[in-house]
Amino acid sequence: MGLLARSLLEWAPDPWGKVVPIHIAWFLIWVAAIGGLCFLVFHATYVRYFAKPRVFAPGASPEEAQRLPQRIPRHSLVARLYHWIMAASMLTLLITAFLPKVGPQFDWVTWHWIAGSVLTASVIFHVVHASVWLDFRAIWPDKIDLQDAWRRALRALGRPGKPPRKFAKYPLENKLYHLAITVTGLSAIVTGFFMLHRVRTIFFTRNPYLFSDMTWGLMYVLHGLAGIGLIGLVIIHIYFAVRPEKLPITKSMISGSMSREFFLEDHDPRRWVVGSSSPNATKEA
Amino acid sequence: MPSVRDPMPSFELFQPTSVAAAHEVLARHGQDAWILAGGMDSFDWLKDRIKRPKVVVDLSGVEGLRGVREGADGIEIGAMTTLTEVATNRSIRERYGLLAQAAGLVASPQIRNQGTLGGNVSQDARCWYYRAGWPCYRAAGNICYADTPVGRNREHAILHADRCVAVNPSDTAPALIALDAKFVIRTSKGERVVDAEDYFIGPDIDITRLHILRPGDLLTSIRIPSTWAGSQFYFEKVRDRNVWDFPLLNVASAMAVSGNTIDRIRLSVNAAAARPLRLKAVEAAVRGKARTVETGEMAGALAVRGAVPLQFNAYKIPLMRNLVKRAIAGVEEVKWAY
Repeated sequence: MGLLARSLLEWAPDPWGKVVPIHIAWFLIWVAAIGGLCFLVFHATYVRYFAKPRVFAPGASPEEAQRLPQRIPRHSLVARLYHWIMAASMLTLLITAFLPKVGPQFDWVTWHWIAGSVLTASVIFHVVHASVWLDFRAIWPDKIDLQDAWRRALRALGRPGKPPRKFAKYPLENKLYHLAITVTGLSAIVTGFFMLHRVRTIFFTRNPYLFSDMTWGLMYVLHGLAGIGLIGLVIIHIYFAVRPEKLPITKSMISGSMSREFFLEDHDPRRWVVGSSSPNATKEA
Repeated sequence: MPSVRDPMPSFELFQPTSVAAAHEVLARHGQDAWILAGGMDSFDWLKDRIKRPKVVVDLSGVEGLRGVREGADGIEIGAMTTLTEVATNRSIRERYGLLAQAAGLVASPQIRNQGTLGGNVSQDARCWYYRAGWPCYRAAGNICYADTPVGRNREHAILHADRCVAVNPSDTAPALIALDAKFVIRTSKGERVVDAEDYFIGPDIDITRLHILRPGDLLTSIRIPSTWAGSQFYFEKVRDRNVWDFPLLNVASAMAVSGNTIDRIRLSVNAAAARPLRLKAVEAAVRGKARTVETGEMAGALAVRGAVPLQFNAYKIPLMRNLVKRAIAGVEEVKWAY
């Protein structure tokens, strides 16, 4: 057993004497929390003192801009409800999972599995909703995102090059964040689904012998790693949500729309066609 | 796993002679320190090499933790007072016979001579999977070996189980809850006094402890107010071996009766859950009612509402129902029902 595995995981002998992992080491909670806070300090410092002014390739013509409505619809009511239900269940999950480990003791298990069930149901709904009623591809990075990311990187380093284009509905950072939260969230949900077999719930008859001790241990470890990953990701998400330049996006998650001025400043109407149902453009959510 | 007995792993032994010195050592060593009262629970852990504290704080030399002191509003019993002293003390027998009876039914005379009241209420769970050193929930693992279709769970919980199904094995705890006792705890922030029922916690709150003591805390005494002095008491303990065993269930009640009407009552059971349970719903239901078999039956049925038996402990449900019934109506009046 490597030094790293011994440090990062808790181990214990199973009834047959085999040493198996039982969960992550709890100090990783602090690592994730401090890591998230360090990121936001670093990012805020970079933006404040070092970042170059943003420059985009020309976007919409004045005629195109004139045709846009005053308010640009961004998130449908269903999408917004999903987002806030998911946010509430995610925060409940993190609080019930980690607060008892670092401080206050309370009856957390029941709240935890109920919040997990709500999250699971809302994620299933989201996958169906996004696949059928929204443009499923709008949130995944595409070739233009990668080209523009390269252009932005060159400009940040002071190298000459073409300016990047304005964003489609979601900037690349949004898309990468969604990818990260998808991976960690699904890891937590899938492992959590099986872990429900270890406690008394309304869903299953308890069966702690569903898997071997080693498999269970690895499942707890993966659940824990996903959990601490989510701590960092949620810190970053909240940080960006309250940053002044991102507030119009945050507000659109409440009102459902953003102003035409903000839309034209950041987004390319040819990449995010408002009101279009074209598969090459983001459907209006 | 427990296979090696004698000698114990080495540890640094402290033998303070005052409460202040004891608390100072405990505060200094925090999680590394182990409190040794009578040793009846501790030596199992230490000799089985399952608990390996770096520091053991032996309280046997702290005179300030011993003895029964009478005051204007009740009595105060030092946490290191032996169970024999509690069971035989004249004042306790005359005014708080419930506690004397409970203490007199703990284990065997030899153990009562050595075991203390503080140790009895602070002892750890007796689940053999946990005591054997398996990495169960109570040992900070992620499984309960007892709550499985083939687990040996005859002695385990029927109420308030939450992953762990171990029970609190104390006999004096329900008596102290029935007497509305207060537990005096020395903490790093000063003295803290808690109601007896709040001293105990279940796995929903903290799965690794049966009581609220944190590292550095010290239970110094137990105060019993005179509120229930001389009331009608009932204590019954059911165990496999009547000469020496932990309870399968026990029940304690203190009752103030006018004529045949129950004016006030406090009722508690133990070994049904991970903490001794004060049956407040039952108390409210029988208050103002006649002390009859019918009231007892109603109380018994109410007491077991919500009970969830494991594979081998369903017998505890009728047992608890009958014990509560007897605690209300008296042994002579009631018959056992199954």
